Amino acid sequence: MRVAEHLNRSLHTLMENDPSVHLLGEDVSDPYGGAFKITKGLSDRFGPRVMSTPLSEGGIVGVGAGLALAGDRAIVEIMFGDFATLAFDQLVNFAAKSTTMYGRRVDVPLIVRLPTGGRRGYGPTHSQSLQKHFIGVPGLSVYEMSPFHDAGRLFTEIFDSGRPAVFFEDKVLYTKPMLSGGDGLHTFEVRDGWAVIRAERDTEHVLLAPGGLTDRALAALRDLLLEDEIACTLLVPARLHPLDVTPVADVLAAARRVHVAEDGTAGGTWGAEVARLLHERLWGRLTAPITHISAPDSIIPTAAHLEARCTVQPADIRRAINT
Amino acid sequence: MIGAVRERTLTPVSEADLSRMLRIRHFEKALLRLFEQGRLNGTTHTCLGQEHVPVAVSALLSPDDHVFSNHRGHGHFLARYDEPHALLAEITGREGALCNGVGGSQHIYHERFLSTGVQGESLPVAVGVALRHRRTGDGIACAYIGDGTWGEGSVYEALNMAQLWGAPLLVVVEHNRIAQSTPTEAQLAGSIAGRCAGFGVRHERVESVDVNVVRGALAPLVEYVRREKRPAVFEASVHRAGPHSKGDDTRTAAELAEAAAGDWYAHYTRDFPAQVAALEEIERAFVDAAVENVLARPLSEWS
Repeated sequence: MRVAEHLNRSLHTLMENDPSVHLLGEDVSDPYGGAFKITKGLSDRFGPRVMSTPLSEGGIVGVGAGLALAGDRAIVEIMFGDFATLAFDQLVNFAAKSTTMYGRRVDVPLIVRLPTGGRRGYGPTHSQSLQKHFIGVPGLSVYEMSPFHDAGRLFTEIFDSGRPAVFFEDKVLYTKPMLSGGDGLHTFEVRDGWAVIRAERDTEHVLLAPGGLTDRALAALRDLLLEDEIACTLLVPARLHPLDVTPVADVLAAARRVHVAEDGTAGGTWGAEVARLLHERLWGRLTAPITHISAPDSIIPTAAHLEARCTVQPADIRRAINT
Repeated sequence: MIGAVRERTLTPVSEADLSRMLRIRHFEKALLRLFEQGRLNGTTHTCLGQEHVPVAVSALLSPDDHVFSNHRGHGHFLARYDEPHALLAEITGREGALCNGVGGSQHIYHERFLSTGVQGESLPVAVGVALRHRRTGDGIACAYIGDGTWGEGSVYEALNMAQLWGAPLLVVVEHNRIAQSTPTEAQLAGSIAGRCAGFGVRHERVESVDVNVVRGALAPLVEYVRREKRPAVFEASVHRAGPHSKGDDTRTAAELAEAAAGDWYAHYTRDFPAQVAALEEIERAFVDAAVENVLARPLSEWS
C-alpha cells in the first residue's frame, strides 16, 4: 500500500472510531479529496465533520483550535506546508501556548497536517521543508510521516497527548509504498515511535533522518553496504520534537560515528538540535563530530536540474558518511 | 467617524448594574494606583470609560455561552463573574489566582471565559467554538474586540467563515476611537458597518453611555445569533477615559476633555448623584478591602 493510501485509510478509521474528530482544509471534500487525495471519501462518509474551507490558513487553524478547546478533536490540512507560515500565530501564540499559559494543563487536541518538501517541481513557495521553524516551540509537538509508522497510531498518540502538533508529510513519500520487514539487506523494526533499519547489530555508523528522507537514506545505505562495505543503521523518529532517544539508546551507544540528515535548509535546523542533544550523550565515545546533511541555504528552484542541486540526494548522504 | 456620545437624560439604572460598573471602575483605578506605587509587575490595560458595555452584554449571556476577551478585558470578566479577588490575585501573582499568575492581566481562562493578548487571534478560535455550539445547540460564542482589531486579517477570515457556516458568534466591538495612540481615522478606512456588509453579516451600532440603551440595542441581536445561528457584530461607541496602558496617554488636553465628557461615569454622576455616591462608597471600600486581602496572600505557585 502506498503511503498516501495508508494516510487516507488511517483518517477513515480515525473518524469512524471517534465521532469527535473533525477535519478541515482547502478542497478536502469529495469528489476532489484534497490536493494530494489524502482526504478522499471522507466528506462522503462523514458529512459535516469534513469541511472544505476558504483560503484562510490562519483562520482554519484557529477554528481547529476552537473545536479542540470546546471538546472536539481537529485535523487541519494545509495544502502546502509552506503556507503554515500563514498560521504561525495561531499555532505558536494560541494553540501551543494555551496548553500551559492559563496556569494549568489545557488540552488542545489539534493536528495540522503539512504536505511538504521538494522534488516535484512546484517551485520556491510550494517545496520548502519548514520543520525547523517549529522546533522548540513550548507546547507544540513536531511529527513527520514515515513509511514505517502507522499513521493512525500517531494521530491517536498526538490527540491523547493533549498537545497540538504539526504533522509533516513528504510529498514524494506519498507515492512510495509503506515498508515493513526488510529490503533483503536490512531489517525494518519499529519500536516506541522509532524505526530501526539495519543490516547488522551494533554498527559503527548511525544515521538519523525524518521519514521524508527514507527513500534517499535507504538508497545511500545500500550503496554504502554493497560498494563501500560500510554498515550504517538508519534511525527514523516519528516525533521530531521533543525528541526522545531513549528507545534507541542501545543503537546509539554502539555508534562511533553519527550522522543527521534532513530536508530543511542549512542554518538553525532540526539536525543541529539533534546533534546538540547527541553530543551531550555520546561525547567521548564518538571518533568524530556529528555530521550534518541538509539542503543548502537556498530557496528551492523549479527546474528539475536546479531543484536537484538544492535538495538532499542519496549521493550527498553517502558522501557524508563514507568520508 | 462616530460622533461624540451625547445623552440628555439617562434612563433609571438598576442598583445591580450601577454597582457593577462602579466596581469595575474602582478595580481599574486601584490597579493604576498600585502601578504608581510600584506594587504591580508588567503592564495592564484598563477599561475606564467602557465599563457599561460588558455590564450591558453580560446580562444577556447564559452560563453556557463562551466569552472571548482581549487585552482590555478586566471589565469583561468582572461583569460576568463575581470573582474580583481571583482576578486581582491573577494580576498580582497571588494565591487564589485564576491561572496561578501565569496568564496575568490578558491571558485568562476561567470556566467559559478565555482571553488572549494577540489582536484578532481569538476570532477564528471563537468561530470553532461557535460551530460546536451550533451542533450541540447549547449556547453562543461572544468575542469582544476593539476598533483597532479591525486591522487584523484574522477578523475577516473569521467573519467570512462564520457567515458561510452559520456560526452563532456575537462580536462586540468596543469602538473607543483610538488604537493605543493612533486615532481611528488614521488606522481604519471605510467603516466597520461597511466591512460587515461586505460579508453579509448583520451589524448594529449604538451610541450611548446608558447601560439600558446599550442592552436594549443588543438584546435583539443576541436573540438573532441564538435563534438564527448566524454571526452578528455589535458596535458600541465608547470613550477611552484612561491611558492605553499606564501613563502613556499622548492625547491633547482637548481630546482628553472630550473623552472625559463621553465617560458614562460623568453622565451618571450628573443624573443620579445620590445613587452613585451611595453605591460608589460601597464599591470603593469593597475594592480597597479586596486589594488589601489579596496583596497579603502568599505568592502564587505554578507547577
